[in-house]
Amino acid sequence: MFKSIRIRAAVTIVLCLAALVYLAPSLTSDLPETWKKYLPTDRIHLGLDLQGGMHLVLEVETAKAVESTLERTANDLKENLMENRVRFKLHERTKEKNPTFEFPDTASREAFDKILTNQYPDLEVASSQTVDGKGMASLKIKDKRAVEIKKMAVEQSLETIRNRVDQFGISEPEIIPQGVDRIIVQLPGVKDPARAKNLIGRTALLEFKLVDDEHSLDDALKGNVPEGSVVANESRMDRTSGRRSEIPLLLKNRTLMTGDALEEAKVQIGDRFGEPHVSLKFNAQGAKNFERITAENVKKRLAIVLDGVIHSAPVIQERISGGQAQITGSFTMEEATDLAIVLRAGALPAPVIILEERTVGPSLGQDSIDKGTWASIIAGILILFFMIIYYRLTGIVADVALAMNMLLLLGVMVAFNATLTLPGIAGIVLTIGMAVDANVLINERIREELRLGKTPRAAIEAGYTKAFLTIFDSNVTTLVAALFLFGFGTGPVKGFAVTLTIGIVVSMFTAVFVTRIIFDHFVWNRKIERISI
Amino acid sequence: MEIIKTETNYNFVRLMKPAVILSLAVIIIGIASLIWHGGPNFGIDFAGGTLIQIKFQNETPADKIRAAFKSIGFEGSIIQDFGPKEVIVRTAESGTDANALTSRVEEALGAAFGKGAYEVRRIEMVGPKVGRDLTRKAILAIIFSWIGILVYVGVRFEFRYALGGIIALVHDVLVTITFLSLFNKEFDLNIVAALLAIIGYSINDTIVIFDRIRENARKNIRQSLNEVINASVNQTLSRTILTSLTVIMVLVVLFFFGGAVIHDFTFALLVGTVAGVYSTVFIASPIVLLFEKIKPTELKRKK
Repeated sequence: MFKSIRIRAAVTIVLCLAALVYLAPSLTSDLPETWKKYLPTDRIHLGLDLQGGMHLVLEVETAKAVESTLERTANDLKENLMENRVRFKLHERTKEKNPTFEFPDTASREAFDKILTNQYPDLEVASSQTVDGKGMASLKIKDKRAVEIKKMAVEQSLETIRNRVDQFGISEPEIIPQGVDRIIVQLPGVKDPARAKNLIGRTALLEFKLVDDEHSLDDALKGNVPEGSVVANESRMDRTSGRRSEIPLLLKNRTLMTGDALEEAKVQIGDRFGEPHVSLKFNAQGAKNFERITAENVKKRLAIVLDGVIHSAPVIQERISGGQAQITGSFTMEEATDLAIVLRAGALPAPVIILEERTVGPSLGQDSIDKGTWASIIAGILILFFMIIYYRLTGIVADVALAMNMLLLLGVMVAFNATLTLPGIAGIVLTIGMAVDANVLINERIREELRLGKTPRAAIEAGYTKAFLTIFDSNVTTLVAALFLFGFGTGPVKGFAVTLTIGIVVSMFTAVFVTRIIFDHFVWNRKIERISI
Repeated sequence: MEIIKTETNYNFVRLMKPAVILSLAVIIIGIASLIWHGGPNFGIDFAGGTLIQIKFQNETPADKIRAAFKSIGFEGSIIQDFGPKEVIVRTAESGTDANALTSRVEEALGAAFGKGAYEVRRIEMVGPKVGRDLTRKAILAIIFSWIGILVYVGVRFEFRYALGGIIALVHDVLVTITFLSLFNKEFDLNIVAALLAIIGYSINDTIVIFDRIRENARKNIRQSLNEVINASVNQTLSRTILTSLTVIMVLVVLFFFGGAVIHDFTFALLVGTVAGVYSTVFIASPIVLLFEKIKPTELKRKK
C-alpha cells in the first residue's frame, strides 16, 4: 500500500503522538495552562469497580401506575355519577378485582353506560354480569391506553430520578433506560450509598388528607375500618431519645391535594428548637385549592402524608392563603435536605424496586488499580525480556511494537471515551500476551524462509505475506467472540470486551504494519546481510 | 533461541485417538463432579443473592461475624476469607426494597463491632429476576459466539474445518467447567467473560494450524490428509508453544498479582488456555480428518 518507508513511518509517528496527546491528561495533572487550552482534557474513564461507586438496576412497577390511574378515574366517575343522580354502589378495587359498579335497575345502568362512553375514553367495561337481579360492571383501563400509561411512567420516572440525582450533587451520574421498564443508575464515587438509594428509590408521593374524627380509631384498629377511611401511621421521633415511634391515625381516603401542586420545597431551620423542616410553596392553582380546602375544614386536622406515612397532622386554625405550608416531623438535617430534593423533583408515577445493586468502596477500587497496574508492568517486562531472549534483535522490534500497542490501546480508549474496568485491565494484560502472537507468527515464517536459503529481503517479504492471512483470519475469529462478549456484558465484563477488542485491532496494526517499517528500513536502507532472529 | 528444532517431526496423528479418549474422560469426570455438587456452583449473578465484602481493622473470627448478622436473619450465610482481615459474606437473600438490605447490613455491623472497626468495601445484590436474565444472556452469548465463529470459519475455510474448530471450542469450555467444578469455584459473570475469552483465544490458535493445513494441502496434493495434518502441526508447533507460553506467563502474573477479585477469573483463563492449546493440536484436527474419511474433499478428487 505505502511503499515509501518515510510515509509509513510518518503515519506511525503521527498516530503515536495523537495517542500521547490523548493520554497526557491521564498521566499527569500539572500540564502547562496553555497546553490545557488546546489539548483534550478527558482522563481515562474508570469503571465503577475501579473508582468506587454504585450501580443500580431499577424496575418501574408500571402495572401500579395503571392501577392508580384506574382508581383515580373510577373515583372521578363515582363523583360524576353522584352529581348526575345515578343510583349505584361502588365496590372499590381490591388486589384481585377491578373496581365494580353495582346498579339496582336498568335505567341507572344505561345512564352509567352513557356517561362512561361519552366522558371516559380511557375506561371500558371489563366484564358485566347480573347477580341477584342487580347489574354489575367492573371497569378497566383500555389496553392501548394502559400501554401508554406504562411507557409514560417509565419516562417520567427516568426524568424524576435524573432530577433528584442532579440535585444530590454527584458528578457524572449515568441514568439510562434499559429494556421496557428498567432504569440503570450509575453513581461514581458516591459516599453514602444507603442515602443515595433512599433518595432515588422512594416514591415521594405527597398527599394531603383529612383526619377522620367522626369514627372511632379503636374500632378501625380492630379491623372495622369505616368506608371511605383508612388507617395510617404517624412517625414521630422523640427529641431526647432519638427513637422513632409510630402512632396510628384514621384518615379519610380522599386525597385533597398532592405534591403535584408544589412550586418549591426547601429546608428551613425552625425558630424554637433549631430543628430543620421543609417549607412548601404551592403554585397558583395549588395555592387557590389549599386556601379553599383550609377554609372548608377549619378546626379539622389535615394530615400531610408521604408515601403512606403521616409526617404531621396539625389542626387547621384558619383559612390559609398565600400558598405556604411546611412539613415538620423531627428530621435530621440530611433527611430534611433529601425530602426537599425529592419533593422538588416530584413524585415517581409508580414505585420502583431495586433489581440489582453493585457498590464498590473507593479503597477497594484503589487496591484494584494498584494490583492491576503492577500485574501489567510485571507481565510487560516478562514478555519484553522473553522476546529479546528468543528472537534477539528481532525481539526488540517486536517489543517496540508491543510498547506501541499499549500506547495506542490506551490512547484509543481515551479518544473513544471507553471505560476501563478491572476485567478490562486483565484484558490489557491478556493483550500483552496475545499481541506478540502476530510477531511470533511472522518471525517463525521468516525463520522458515531463511532456512530455505532466501536472502533476508526475500525472506521478510515472504514471511509477512504468508503470515498476514493467518494473522487476519485468527484475529477476526477472536474478534467475533469479543463482540459477543461486548453484547452480553454489563459493566466490568463489558470493559474486558472493550480492551480485548481494541487490543486485537491495534496489535494487527503494530505487529504487521509497524514492525515491517523497521525491517524494511534495515534491509533496504542499511542493506544488512543477516537478520538477528 | 529455538525451543522446537526444525527437524522435529512428532507423530501427532497417532496420538490423537488416546487424546480424544483422555478428553472424553476429563469431561465425564466434569459431568460427574457437576452431578456430585448438585449442578454448577452459581454465584449471586445467576442464583440471585447478596455478597458483602468487609475489611476489619483487627482479625475477626467468622463466628463473630455470623453472630453479628444473626439479628438481620443472615445466619445461614457463607463467610469466606478474602485476604488478610477481609471476608466475603454471601447470602441467598436479596432485598428489593430501596433501603432495606444494605442499610440493615451496616446497622448490624455497626452494632456488633462499632463504627470504624470495619469497612464495607463491596456490596453486590442481584434479585432473582435479574439472575434469570443474566443466565439466559450468558448462555446465549456463548452459543452465538460459537455460531458466529462457525459461520466465519465455514466461509473462509471449509465447513468441516469450522466443525472441527467448534468442537474444539466446546471441548475447551467443558474442560474449563470441569476444573471449575472440581475446585468448587463459583460461576459468576466474570467466569462467563473468561469462557468467552477462552473461546476467542482457542479459535485463534486453531485457525493458525488450519491455515497451515490448508496451505500444505494445496501444495502437496498427493500427500494424504493424515500426513498433511501431521506436518502442519509440527511446522506450527514452535509458534503454538511460544504464544501459549507468553499468554500463560501473563496469566500466571495476573493470578498471583492481580488481586483476589479476579482470582477465579484468571484461574478459569489459565485452565482454558491450556485446554485450548491441547484441543488445537489434538481435537480440532482429528475432527477434520474424521470428516475426510466420511466424505473426501472435491479438491482431491479433481486432481
